[in-house]
Amino acid sequence: MIDNTLADDPTPAPLKTTPLDGWHRALGARMVPFAGYEMPVQYDLTGELAARCRGGVLAEHLHCREKASLFDVSHMGQVMLTGATAAAALETLVPGDILGLKPGRQRYTLFTNEAGGILDDLMVANLGADRLFLVVNAGRKDDDFTHLAANLPRSVPVSVQEDRALLALQGPLAAAVLARLSPEAERLGFMGVGELPVAGIPCIVSRSGYTGEDGFEISVPSSQVEALADALLAQPEVAPAGLGARDSLRLEAGLCLYGSDIDEITTPVEAGLVWSIGKRRRVAWDFPGAIAICDQLENGFPRLRVGLRPDGRAPARGLTEIVADDGTAAGGITSGGFSPSLNAPIAMGYVRRDLAANGSRLHLIVRGKPLPAAVVPLPFVPHRYAR
Amino acid sequence: MAKSDTRYTKEHEWVRLDGDIATVGITDHAQEALGDIVFIELPELNREVAASEACAVIESVKAASDVYAPLAGKVVEANQTVVEEPGIINSDAEGEGWLFRLELDSTDAFDDLLDEEGYAEYLETL
Repeated sequence: MIDNTLADDPTPAPLKTTPLDGWHRALGARMVPFAGYEMPVQYDLTGELAARCRGGVLAEHLHCREKASLFDVSHMGQVMLTGATAAAALETLVPGDILGLKPGRQRYTLFTNEAGGILDDLMVANLGADRLFLVVNAGRKDDDFTHLAANLPRSVPVSVQEDRALLALQGPLAAAVLARLSPEAERLGFMGVGELPVAGIPCIVSRSGYTGEDGFEISVPSSQVEALADALLAQPEVAPAGLGARDSLRLEAGLCLYGSDIDEITTPVEAGLVWSIGKRRRVAWDFPGAIAICDQLENGFPRLRVGLRPDGRAPARGLTEIVADDGTAAGGITSGGFSPSLNAPIAMGYVRRDLAANGSRLHLIVRGKPLPAAVVPLPFVPHRYAR
Repeated sequence: MAKSDTRYTKEHEWVRLDGDIATVGITDHAQEALGDIVFIELPELNREVAASEACAVIESVKAASDVYAPLAGKVVEANQTVVEEPGIINSDAEGEGWLFRLELDSTDAFDDLLDEEGYAEYLETL
């Protein structure tokens, strides 16, 4: 009965590993292929750690909402752009306001194509001294690196940070935990970033994350990531969490997963990401896809990303078809599953504009049968970012 | 009933026989592989199922999986307790976490299923 499960990723071998591969396995991680990497999907924790969190996706998820969880996200791409014109150069590829991004601040933006589609979503941090630090998706990083190298001028060198790992510490107690190892980190505001020592290790720390909770993403030299992970896990509030919990947490937070909820076919308008387009950029319309995106904003667009709550307890997964009351096609689910916080199924998907209002009643076709569902506001679980 | 009277399938169901009534569930190995189970859909009462027919669905936090009838028969009972509390399958897959009972057309095929040792050997090959 399990032959049709766990087929998470068709990525062909050989898989890459993160610098924490052995660390995960020693903790009882179940490793799965994801975006070309062997990654921990969940942990079978033992001993003292099992007393903190029994392990498994549900428990790891709830631990993060209650205390603080440690994620290895070293599969993601890290890039440094340098040069006095780095911000102006990057603005030729993204609709975000990068020139207006102050030193010590980070911003969410998108690589867009000429059709207004999304090539990837990313974080851009201004580290000062003419340096921009980018974090991009694992599954897109090789294409992103090529895209950057091909389109930025020689005066803006693109330096892929192959020798850096990335950890995320997320949860309501993350700041209190990190303060013990890095008093400076606790002083960062939401989306603040700084080059700070954590447990004596030089890191790039941003107050951000992918769970909807307060928390930090910590870029660290690969050679020291295990020492940092151990220092964080030595804090009694912290438990490790795998990609399974990371996915259910970000879904509850209404955050997009590239390749599922956004891709080259979806536009920032349809995805509800217009907020990430800088005000100045919306006057100048000088980014890839500006014409298509401006046209959608002025003349309308066919579909919108929405939250969905199925009536019953049956989860509706990605690729589930959505139909209207009159039987016409309404759209499709792009991410769906079970919300541990709400103890109920939740989903995100694209639906026709005329059906996208909150409260709109739709039917999700699950195993051939229509499952009633309602359009609801995102996020499903309120964000609790630092103020 | 002793565990030695339990039979198994390569699809990771277990079956126990009481007269011509077969109780069916998923194995401990299966629940372990699936992870936290969050939703169960069981067959309707009186439904006639063929051997190897998909007749129940188990959804874990990771994915949906079909459960197949190990033997042909009529569904005479479904475990509503696991519908209300799917996590019972994680904690006791081969006991309280049973899924449904079949009135078998014939018990002959029961002995053709894997016994405990055969299933253990099969798991070694995975």
